[in-house]
Amino acid sequence: MKTDVETVSSLQDAVLQAAAHLYVWALKDIPQDLRDALADAAERETSVPGQRVLQTILRNVQVAEEERNLVCQDTGIAVYYCRVGEHFPLHPARIYQALYDGTERATVEHPLRSNTVHTLTRENTGQNVGYRVPIVHWDFVPGWDGLDVKCVPKGSGSESMSFLKMCTPADGVAGIKRFVLDSIVGAGGKPCPPGIVGVGIGGSADYAMHLAKEAIARPVATRNPDPLVAQLEEELTGLLNETGIGPMGLGGDVTVLHCHVEHADTHMTLNPVAVNYQCWAARRATAHVSPDGSVDYDREA
Amino acid sequence: MEHRLTFPTTEEAIRELRAGDSVLVDGHIVGIRDRTQIRIFDQGVEPPMDLRGAFLLHTAPNVRKVGEGRYEKLCIGTTTSARMVRFTEPLGRDYGVRAICGKGGLPDEAIVPMRRYGMVYFAIVGGAAALETTQIEEIEEVFWEELMPECLWKFRVKDFGPLTVAIDSHGSSLYHDVQESARKKLEALYERL
Repeated sequence: MKTDVETVSSLQDAVLQAAAHLYVWALKDIPQDLRDALADAAERETSVPGQRVLQTILRNVQVAEEERNLVCQDTGIAVYYCRVGEHFPLHPARIYQALYDGTERATVEHPLRSNTVHTLTRENTGQNVGYRVPIVHWDFVPGWDGLDVKCVPKGSGSESMSFLKMCTPADGVAGIKRFVLDSIVGAGGKPCPPGIVGVGIGGSADYAMHLAKEAIARPVATRNPDPLVAQLEEELTGLLNETGIGPMGLGGDVTVLHCHVEHADTHMTLNPVAVNYQCWAARRATAHVSPDGSVDYDREA
Repeated sequence: MEHRLTFPTTEEAIRELRAGDSVLVDGHIVGIRDRTQIRIFDQGVEPPMDLRGAFLLHTAPNVRKVGEGRYEKLCIGTTTSARMVRFTEPLGRDYGVRAICGKGGLPDEAIVPMRRYGMVYFAIVGGAAALETTQIEEIEEVFWEELMPECLWKFRVKDFGPLTVAIDSHGSSLYHDVQESARKKLEALYERL
């Protein structure tokens, strides 16, 4: 019979190993829903440079698999989404430590390029870890004893194309749509289109951006359960693809794979809208951890 | 039109290329990034390498050190070029660079220097690093290792591409054209919101 201390220590180690595995796996093996969306984009693209870009992307995904190499060299900033069950026997403070150590281990052992620097001195702070890095988002689930960890390594080219506008209630839904359109046209080829446009609406300024990031972490082409929001997703996807920005901004029919929207209720005088871009290499990987430390990996969550 | 070019190359060969053309590259290319160019142009340090006729790639590669000054490729991809646009003119004027390759494009201020000095911008597919790595045969030389990974790298490449000529040496830029047309479309789209 294990003592409580042993249980905590072996569970923390299981989460650490899961994080290390997820980080590398996400970088190498992109989910099937994304592969399907990219293949579908290649089917409908009619521009010559756009078609050249999409064929190169499809070839690249294949080569990454054959060579067991990273899909993209930008190992990103490590972002994790955790869903913690009320009865999961490891405290979030220790889950955070495990994610930190796992990120570091993967970076050293693979090895991966380390991107994390002090934001003022620009000095490298370690092996893809540092002050408040990795970035971890938390959700707590009542009446459950499991833990889900989703790793989303976020590249800088797409993250740099993040935009926030505090629209007014009078700007309405039209103001939201216009801001999304302006943002994506302004971003042009820089965020590696065609990718996923994440839009967060409502809440507060910071929460809108949080929701936009949550939107890009969803499986490609999933729809928001709220039919009004889902309708906005469909409409924005269509409008964005009419701009003609095209693959890598070289012109074409496919500017985005999909637009995902997450929303929160807001103050009666607020109408925040945030845009967070995810490049075509929309990497993500998930682990389901049981209270006994066993782990199921899931590429499609 | 499709071309094959070996670098370093000449102004004449560069003037043959037109925006939209597809190019495969062989020979030697030079990896360079923000800090490398800040050192050359803002700190006035002469690059320890002849850049005449050169092909510059905006990159910070993942590598493994295998000996003194020797590195093995792990994963080499391309970064966003727009941050480095202000170096375009001095690269052509002072060093005779012929091609800049990156992802996402250069803003319109690159058009005039590229026309004046006979340079092109090649668009590579951002994120397609696994494929790009297989087209780099070897890391031949590395200078300024203290800037790792933003050193000055010399790579030998084979069948590097396909690249798209996105800004040519005759004043044409696909990015400019795409933006102009998108701005017009936006005006019409606003009416439907």
